[in-house]
Amino acid sequence: MSQTSRDRILGRVRRALAEAPAVREPARAYLTAHAPDDPAALLDLLHENLADYRARVHRATEGELPALVAELLDRHGAATVAVPPGLPPAWLSATTAEQRHDEDTPLTPHDLDGTDAVVTGCALAIAETGTLVLDGGPGQGRRALTLVPDLHICVVRAAEQTVASVPLALPRLDPTRPLTWISGPSATSDIELDRVEGVHGPRTLQVVLVTDA
Amino acid sequence: MSGTFVGMPAFPKAAHDAVRDTTLRANLRHATHTIRDKRAVAVAELADWAALREAGRQIKDRTLHHLDAYLVQLEEAVTAAGGTVHWASDAAEANRIVADLVKATGETEVVKVKSMATQEIGLNEALEAEGIRAYETDLAELIVQLGEDRPSHILVPAIHRNRGEIRDIFASEMGEWGRPAPDGLTDRPAELAEAARLHLREKFLRAKVGVSGANFMVAETGTLVVVESEGNGRMCLTLPETLISVVGIEKVVPTWRDLEVFLQTLPRSSTAERMNPYTSMWTGTTDADGPTAFHLVLLDNGRTDTLADEVGRQALRCIRCSACLNVCPVYERAGGHAYGSVYPGPIGAILTPQLRGTRSELDASLPYASSLCGACYDVCPVAIDIPEVLVHLREKVAERGGPGHRLEKAAVKAAAWVLDHPAALAAGERLASRTRALHPKRLPGPGASQWTESRDLPEMPAEPFRDWWKRNRT
Amino acid sequence: MRVALFATCVNDAVHPATAVATVRLLERLGVTVDFPAAQTCCGQPQYNTGYRRETEPLVRRMARAFEGYDHVVTPSGSCVAMVRDNYPRIGRKAQAEGRGDAPAEAASSLVPRTYELTEFLVDVLEVTDVGAYFPHRVTYHPSCHGLRVLGLGERPRRLLEAVKGLELVELPGAEECCGFGGTFAVKNPDVSAAMGADKLRNSLSTGAEFLCGADNSCLMHLGGMLRRQDAPQRVLHLAEILASTEEEPFA
Repeated sequence: MSQTSRDRILGRVRRALAEAPAVREPARAYLTAHAPDDPAALLDLLHENLADYRARVHRATEGELPALVAELLDRHGAATVAVPPGLPPAWLSATTAEQRHDEDTPLTPHDLDGTDAVVTGCALAIAETGTLVLDGGPGQGRRALTLVPDLHICVVRAAEQTVASVPLALPRLDPTRPLTWISGPSATSDIELDRVEGVHGPRTLQVVLVTDA
Repeated sequence: MSGTFVGMPAFPKAAHDAVRDTTLRANLRHATHTIRDKRAVAVAELADWAALREAGRQIKDRTLHHLDAYLVQLEEAVTAAGGTVHWASDAAEANRIVADLVKATGETEVVKVKSMATQEIGLNEALEAEGIRAYETDLAELIVQLGEDRPSHILVPAIHRNRGEIRDIFASEMGEWGRPAPDGLTDRPAELAEAARLHLREKFLRAKVGVSGANFMVAETGTLVVVESEGNGRMCLTLPETLISVVGIEKVVPTWRDLEVFLQTLPRSSTAERMNPYTSMWTGTTDADGPTAFHLVLLDNGRTDTLADEVGRQALRCIRCSACLNVCPVYERAGGHAYGSVYPGPIGAILTPQLRGTRSELDASLPYASSLCGACYDVCPVAIDIPEVLVHLREKVAERGGPGHRLEKAAVKAAAWVLDHPAALAAGERLASRTRALHPKRLPGPGASQWTESRDLPEMPAEPFRDWWKRNRT
Repeated sequence: MRVALFATCVNDAVHPATAVATVRLLERLGVTVDFPAAQTCCGQPQYNTGYRRETEPLVRRMARAFEGYDHVVTPSGSCVAMVRDNYPRIGRKAQAEGRGDAPAEAASSLVPRTYELTEFLVDVLEVTDVGAYFPHRVTYHPSCHGLRVLGLGERPRRLLEAVKGLELVELPGAEECCGFGGTFAVKNPDVSAAMGADKLRNSLSTGAEFLCGADNSCLMHLGGMLRRQDAPQRVLHLAEILASTEEEPFA
């Protein structure tokens, strides 16, 4: 049955277009980026746009990171934290929260629901839109990890991972991996078009921009 | 409200009641004006908006022009990535495919991401008939489902409801579907969102089957893209073991790179954000991450008929941002339900009559549900000339000469004859001027009574201009 | 420079004062105006209601009536929009349907020569101060076709701001449609009236004596509602304000 429908639909498409005039290659006269080239200004823009969408943004050096992560977990009263495979152990070296590793026995959705927080890295961050992109690589984990716990702490290595724009982000991403783009915490505008932060995804998004100095 | 659009009256009649509903008018006015102002700010941030809009138009046109090739390419890529592709000619076939897939899992409930395509085909009702319960998980869709209501906006299906009405629906209905609303629930949006979170969380955690649509499908890579805000989409796309996506065939884009245009124009046009909170992209299945089975149902259901119409096919460029609804003065007064379709507003007025045809009185009335003010075309991120398509569809309706149109056609023909004979026109004008003292302010009869219901007729002048000219300048 | 006035059917039959004002204004600015008697209607009401083929004789008539003029000027944004936006479409479709080249030729002849009044004043004559005098409080409604199809932009406002004695007040929600929309007003009377009522609420909130526009079809709808309400405001076409002088004030 499905095979017939396939042929029928493709046949209809071909008949519909039989007399359509040729269409040329799309012109791409738009900009590659709207943001400055200067890395410091780009980082400021990322910071500003993340904060504009209610992510809480911090800056730290690699050395300051463990203490900051510990403090953020503490501040939210997080007693348990999900840990994706490949997360640098140093990041959680200062916290006393119970670490739940998503390794040999994956955490079930219920396990995750009972976990207070998750700490991850990311694949890249887009300054113009205030977006973090996760691709499931080392230190990021599978998609459910950053979805079910109520607090997500995401670490961005600012120098290597910040890009200006969506057009500059896409070529650096691998479409065969599952990708999650995150711009601020979960939100809705379904009630009178007033934005409310926090529905099903993490209600708090803490972002740490790791810089050299 | 029955939850279905079947048997709805023609647009003017449905609008007649909506216009008099002051609560609805106030809700719609507040919501549409809020979002349209925000959108203008978000769009103004991008100096190259016009170029992005033009690129979006061209990419979509080119895709439609080679749609057969891109669909085949998409099928190959999805299959290679571990997915299964199904083709559905119409709603019944799509519903049958989904129901069979769900049954094969042995499950009797599914969680759903907000999806226009599954609403279009009436999937929830079809599954219900097979003993499968479909839970809507988008906040607005939940409001609609719990209220046994119909969606009235593409992006914000419960836009016609204010916070007080939503509170009442949650308080009385949530218990019927699962976890009841907390005691003492107020109408604060944050509290209402929290109630939805608690109500749906248990459903997400136990769900074995998720059903979604998609905003884009990339032919080159086989990647599907869903943009959303709340995280309910991520829940449905990630936690279940089986994912079934029902997607209209026009949602394909050729290349990965093409997303760079639409991921800039869609969020700013729809929610007026630089980027929506969550975007999920997946290609087939991935080991140890997300569903182990992925089914893609490619839906025609009138799209190939639309594609065959040289003028009308531009409606298939639509990326469902809903910017046209938010600026439409007719939508603002008539509300979404009057359009009798899951696609309301200006885009609905051109999409519905093409997908469904214009045999019903309602569908034949939709192309006229516009003053042709052009605000929709201005904001459309893929430059669909909605007024052009509306007039084109009016022509098709008029040509068929349905109810009311035979008389109209005769009148137009008579007028056309007079207007092609200036002497006859001048005589008529003179007659009107000379008898002006006899003209009443209100008139009976079709056309005239509709005019004089709320307005006086213009007073006729002492003489037509052409007579003034003859007396003064010749 | 041979300039023809396209009065439009609505102005000819119902609002001749606007056409007269246009003639007086242009003559005051040194333009010799002609009124070709063969003209009737641009065909917009028929076309927009779905009767494209019935419009074709009118398209051909327009081209014949205005043949040989350098400029065709009309005090109606929506009629210019009809010519500029829809005549080429009508021409293309007639050709595609094998019904001759005449409509297409009419379109290509008329489109570059047809001007809305404020376009002609500002772009061709290059004037914004037309020497008018109108000592009243006025608000301006930019009709949809002038605003969005023609992109008249600041032209009407610049002309009004240069009128001596005129106090121009901002119309809230100016860019929103008034609800006329041709046969929309009778096919969807409730929505049309609701849109008109909102437009008038905004207009009356300005305290203006006159609601000015550049399209008498919209003004006919709004004026009819104002009269029904006995409201302390009148509609008036821009041409009539611009034609008014200290010597010959608007009566």
